[in-house]
Amino acid sequence: MGAWSPYLVGTLIGLLSMATFYFSNKPLSVSTAYARLAGLVGKLFAKGHTENLKFYQETKPKIEWGVMLVFGMLLGAFIAAVSSDEFAGAWVPVLWEQRFGADLGLRLGMAFIGGAIMAFGARLAGGCTSGHGISGALQLSVSSWIVLACFFVAAIATAHLLYRL
Amino acid sequence: MKYTPGKADSPRQLGLGLLFGVAFGFLLQKGGVARYEVLMGQFLLTDFTVIKVILTAIIVGMLGIFSLRALGLVELNVKPTRYAANIAGGLLFGVGLGVLGYCPGTGIVALGQGNYDAIAGITGLLAGSYLYAETSGYLASTIEKIGNRGGIMLPDMLGMRLAVFLALFVPLLIVGLFACARLAP
Repeated sequence: MGAWSPYLVGTLIGLLSMATFYFSNKPLSVSTAYARLAGLVGKLFAKGHTENLKFYQETKPKIEWGVMLVFGMLLGAFIAAVSSDEFAGAWVPVLWEQRFGADLGLRLGMAFIGGAIMAFGARLAGGCTSGHGISGALQLSVSSWIVLACFFVAAIATAHLLYRL
Repeated sequence: MKYTPGKADSPRQLGLGLLFGVAFGFLLQKGGVARYEVLMGQFLLTDFTVIKVILTAIIVGMLGIFSLRALGLVELNVKPTRYAANIAGGLLFGVGLGVLGYCPGTGIVALGQGNYDAIAGITGLLAGSYLYAETSGYLASTIEKIGNRGGIMLPDMLGMRLAVFLALFVPLLIVGLFACARLAP
């Protein structure tokens, strides 16, 4: 549970989604911003190579609306956490520590691997929990409902492997 | 308010993106869905906060977007259906989500609320995104070609009219949400 009711938060996210469609002609989506930022980093080290990749010819590595959205999310989360006195300031989650211990290297290593698998999957699937799970599902996109079901099936299986075996 | 791909976003749109992001991050934090325990609780089936937030957002957004569209105020932006890539990508995403315990959006929110392990998750997300781009040419000519159906919607697939589909589907989602609230308060 959070500081606010999940139904209130869900309702407000639904309204926010209407606002982004109306004012910016865009759905709420997050994972593409990571791909654009990764492309910007890639351009620092291998400009020509990065620009020639098929994906970056279609999705330009640049700061645009979606990247600004992600920057804003960081700020919004900080304001919300401070305002309800929930700023964590922690490196290892409590539940993780109870199961796998306080070793920071293990947690960070697994978090990196998890993030990498997740991003690859998001690009292959065409979006993440926001782009498919909320924005795509509410537009009745067939792909989004398939992807959302797959997210849950695989995440439930993985969580049970990690915590219930 | 027409969006032209390839054209740089105006300063106004960049500002709006930032503003919408502040609101989105704020709401996700207040909902508690960027906490590792809450997300993993959903997948361990002990905490149903995540489903409640997503389902409520879908119901409200669905009614809102299709109403605005009926008034001619917005256009849809439906992602293409590619069965093989959707399924393989969705499953990979779920595995990564179970391992990291934050999704791309809630990872940023987790960092904003002071869960610093999200930094490793975000770095991984950047690495995984670049790895996909490295292999994007190959993937586009193989798995992403299988079962490619374009931007189809659920009512198209079932051969139903949109209004009829919505009149059945929205109440079904609301019943699902009530069931969720009842079984896992």
